[in-house]
Amino acid sequence: MHELSIAMSIVEIAEDYALRGNAGKVLEMDIEVGDMSGVVIDALEFALQEAVRNTRCEQATWKIIQVHPVARCPACGWEGAIDSPFTPCPDCGEYGLEIIRGKELQLKSLVVDT
Amino acid sequence: MCDTCGCGQPGDEVIIRKPGEHNHAYVHDGVKHNHSHDHSHSGEEHTHAEHDHTHHHHPDHTHGAREIVVEENILQKNDLLAEHNRGFFEAKGMVTLNLVSSPGSGKTTLLEKTISALNNRFTFAVIEGDQQTMNDANRINATGAPVVQINTGNGCHLDASMINSAVMHLDVPDKSFLMIENVGNLVCPALFDLGEAFRVVIISVTEGDDKPVKYPTMFQTADLCLINKTDLLPYVDFDVEKAKEYAHRINPQISFISLSAQTGEGMDEWFTWLEEKMVTGTD
Repeated sequence: MHELSIAMSIVEIAEDYALRGNAGKVLEMDIEVGDMSGVVIDALEFALQEAVRNTRCEQATWKIIQVHPVARCPACGWEGAIDSPFTPCPDCGEYGLEIIRGKELQLKSLVVDT
Repeated sequence: MCDTCGCGQPGDEVIIRKPGEHNHAYVHDGVKHNHSHDHSHSGEEHTHAEHDHTHHHHPDHTHGAREIVVEENILQKNDLLAEHNRGFFEAKGMVTLNLVSSPGSGKTTLLEKTISALNNRFTFAVIEGDQQTMNDANRINATGAPVVQINTGNGCHLDASMINSAVMHLDVPDKSFLMIENVGNLVCPALFDLGEAFRVVIISVTEGDDKPVKYPTMFQTADLCLINKTDLLPYVDFDVEKAKEYAHRINPQISFISLSAQTGEGMDEWFTWLEEKMVTGTD
């Protein structure tokens, strides 16, 4: 259940930016979560409901933008969307695909009140 | 905030202490979190589209709103603190290992045997991570190596700030090995850099040989895989070559040592690996 740590980090970063931007409340949070980030989105959403309590984010809505993995094959240079990086390259059959997208775990932006 | 679980409830507090010492509670950056356990969803709206997950408490809030671009990595705080730890370890010429595995793979026995065999040539310090009990720290303490136990309460992993606090309790001499025994869990500890030089994943032959493909993130982030309890190979259905092949698919750079901490078989190869790391530093 490391999603609770992640959720609390999101709230902490959001509060910090809201404070520095002289905002009162955080109204919306856009969060990017890659399929390969090691975070379960349902668990993160459940944790966020707890993490926002008694913070500037308490009334915030959130949007989770899921990022599907894209990989590159170091052997032949193939690049494309994949279901799992642990399968061989669809072009040359080598293992060891490099994930170039899909590991994102980022707070993208906030909407705050003025 | 608390980087572990954030919860201030009894039993959830992270405790750091040496064998025979009173409790040292982990400092939570002075922020208290109130947790009630009301998970009512009444009046809330959930949308689970394929790509977007939205959660609405208040559907309409457009008046006077403005956007702030953040683009900050959520694990950045942990990663920065891990780099801080790494710099401290390197400046002291320490070699720090993060030992990760399922519960019961034999991490503590491996550490006991390693320290006993090498403590005339190297100095060791140990940080033990478990949800509860001083059991592992007491076992390491018997070897004479300085040890600190981190009890994570309900937390499922160690993080960089816990290591930072724990190291303050340990007087680690320069040029030592710092062995961090993470919480037995093949999932969550993979995400949290502690500032280690090397990550060592341990599997035992009493587990399935498909562990690497079942828990790929952990194997992907590890430098070395120890296959432990090889003395039990005649009695179990574990194919060492298959396990290696699976792990190589996930991480072509990972290396392997098969050993039995119990009988000593293969331990020389592990000792040589450690010695090389102390000689070459963290390169």
